[in-house]
Amino acid sequence: MTSTNDTYSHSITPHNSLFDFRLAELWQYRDLVTLFVKRDFVAKYKQTVLGPVWFFIQPIFQSLVLTVAFGRMAGLPTDGIPPILFYLAGITAWNYFSNCLRATSNTFAANAHLFGKVYFPRVVTPISVVLSNLIQFGIGLLLFLIIYLYYMLTGSHFHPNNTLFLLPVLICSMGIMGLGLGMLISSLTTRYRDLQYLVDFGMQLLMYATPVIIPLSAIPVKYTPIMLINPMTGIIETFKYSFFGASIFSWQLLSYSIGFSISIFLIGFIIFNNTEKNFMDTV
Amino acid sequence: MKPIIKVENISKQYRLGNIGLNTIRDDFQRWLYRIQGKEDPLLKIGEVNNRKLKGSSEYVWALKDITFEVMPGDILGIIGENGAGKSTLLKILSKVTGPTTGRIDFNGRISSLLEVGTGFHPDLTGRENIFLNGAILGLNKREIRSRLDEIIDFSGCERYIDTPVKRYSSGMIVRLGFAVAAHLEPEILIVDEVLAVGDAEFQKKAVGKMQDVNVKEGRTVLVVSHNMTIMNELCNRGILLENGIIKCDTTINNAIFNHITSNNAVTEKKWLNGNAPGNDKIKLRKAYIINKENKPINHAYINEEIGFCAEYELLSELSFFTHGINVFNSMDIHLFSSHDNVEIEKDKKFKPGYYKTTVWIPANLLQSDYIKISFACMKYNPFEQLFHEINVLRLNVLEPEVSLTRNESYKGKLPGLIRPCLKWEERQLI
Repeated sequence: MTSTNDTYSHSITPHNSLFDFRLAELWQYRDLVTLFVKRDFVAKYKQTVLGPVWFFIQPIFQSLVLTVAFGRMAGLPTDGIPPILFYLAGITAWNYFSNCLRATSNTFAANAHLFGKVYFPRVVTPISVVLSNLIQFGIGLLLFLIIYLYYMLTGSHFHPNNTLFLLPVLICSMGIMGLGLGMLISSLTTRYRDLQYLVDFGMQLLMYATPVIIPLSAIPVKYTPIMLINPMTGIIETFKYSFFGASIFSWQLLSYSIGFSISIFLIGFIIFNNTEKNFMDTV
Repeated sequence: MKPIIKVENISKQYRLGNIGLNTIRDDFQRWLYRIQGKEDPLLKIGEVNNRKLKGSSEYVWALKDITFEVMPGDILGIIGENGAGKSTLLKILSKVTGPTTGRIDFNGRISSLLEVGTGFHPDLTGRENIFLNGAILGLNKREIRSRLDEIIDFSGCERYIDTPVKRYSSGMIVRLGFAVAAHLEPEILIVDEVLAVGDAEFQKKAVGKMQDVNVKEGRTVLVVSHNMTIMNELCNRGILLENGIIKCDTTINNAIFNHITSNNAVTEKKWLNGNAPGNDKIKLRKAYIINKENKPINHAYINEEIGFCAEYELLSELSFFTHGINVFNSMDIHLFSSHDNVEIEKDKKFKPGYYKTTVWIPANLLQSDYIKISFACMKYNPFEQLFHEINVLRLNVLEPEVSLTRNESYKGKLPGLIRPCLKWEERQLI
């Protein structure tokens, strides 16, 4: 105890300051992030026979259903791309975003028991959720690439182009948008749970306002503004454009999406950070 | 020496009832005041948190203006009734929830064990869960790896360590969880009622470990428990909380004594209606304590004789029976048992009517403590218990100003379960 009388290394006060992000503390808990990711991943497929194969089965069936329903029966255009590949691309990207958002949006409610017993930076939980979804997305992307190469070798005409280098940016953007929105919603739902119910069907509605199934080029002009406001549109379109060279790509649209992701992430993070201290009393 | 933890005016307000439209109204009001830069109006209302009384306010103070300091190396026991605010205080100290007002300053790392095995995943093996639980409690992988063998050894679950914990018995989960927590090596360890689980051997091990951590490594420990025997053994200081307020902050002995004697003494009981102890033939009607002048008393001194009286009613004729008492101390240790030693007369009958039995507990037998008396009526040959009323009365037995059983120059509390007045002799031999 060489320090002077009134200095203490830590203190606890009623409120956190708004912009005190305690990133150093978060860094100390990095091992917890990896352990949570591992836990989620291992626990998900323990005691299943097919194990991680389920990661493949889900998107394949989803695309098959879409191919039959929208491609064959409704006859919607796919920008000249083989329908199954077109839908798989959209589904893979969309599922990543949607899984991140859904899983992080009930962080507080789902972890109330854990949070009530021990302190660690709460933001560890949503971050690890996004990371374990990233692994799942990686597997989905692998599946997509296999089918993509198959079509390429059998003579379909794609024009993969150098926007492919934007892929990491797209993935990050989707991840932090899902994380930001998820943290925002989970903070708002600690006290009033109404929003939680909105998330489930809201995500379904949002999918139809995103060019996952119907390409942006095939949307009637009077609906395009809705599509353009949706920050996911730019990401999904760029994703498809980079692989197929056939959708719409614009820097404007993409910048809007990225800008939105970053802002919503910051807002979500700040609000989450201010909620975590007293949420236990209201959840 | 400088305190390691400094708690200043910590209060915690809770809102009772459900969350609904009223909460929106209050939230809105709070927000209005906050943007105008005024003090939160709802902090001015709120009542003392007594769960037994009906209150008019929706807001209660689970803790109110708690101020205390903890010195490095202290083992501080926090005691109090259910709902006194013990766990809330520990939760605020472990940062699980924030205080409503006040401030806490501390040095070093606080590790809290509010529950054993927090975050264990049933599908992961014991080893994997050690890493997960350790990381949740704030260790990194390297620190856990270096302590892994010790942890496994302490838990005594070596054989099962690579089996998913869902196959463990509940006792094994507790052992594993405590083993991780015990090897955290924080400067300040907070433990909440986790010793209640686990078998006796484990409890001993856990208490031993906490003492070890304290004595060998000079770490500070804060414990909450309802087990006064453990608290007495473990702690050197005690804080007694009552309805969210510190009632006393003293040695653990005094705190425990204040706690158990606070409002639990019952020195007279009456039963007029049908739910009196007994059966359809005999009913206990009244029990009380008297002094040797036959006056009812509500507390006693160790150097005086006290009488326990029981009045009962016989509703129909009963064949011969007799009575007994059991006396327990505040730690629920059975001090002694006494039976009415009248000669058994097999053919004697008791006529319906109202009877009174008195048993005298001699002076200089009981320790200055809080005693619980239970009363029974039974028959012999064959043995049959007519009724046995546990905890009929509870009485504070106090140390008098002057006592023959204690040398006047010694002011502390004499240890031991009883306080007999023994005869001492001394003479010079050579």
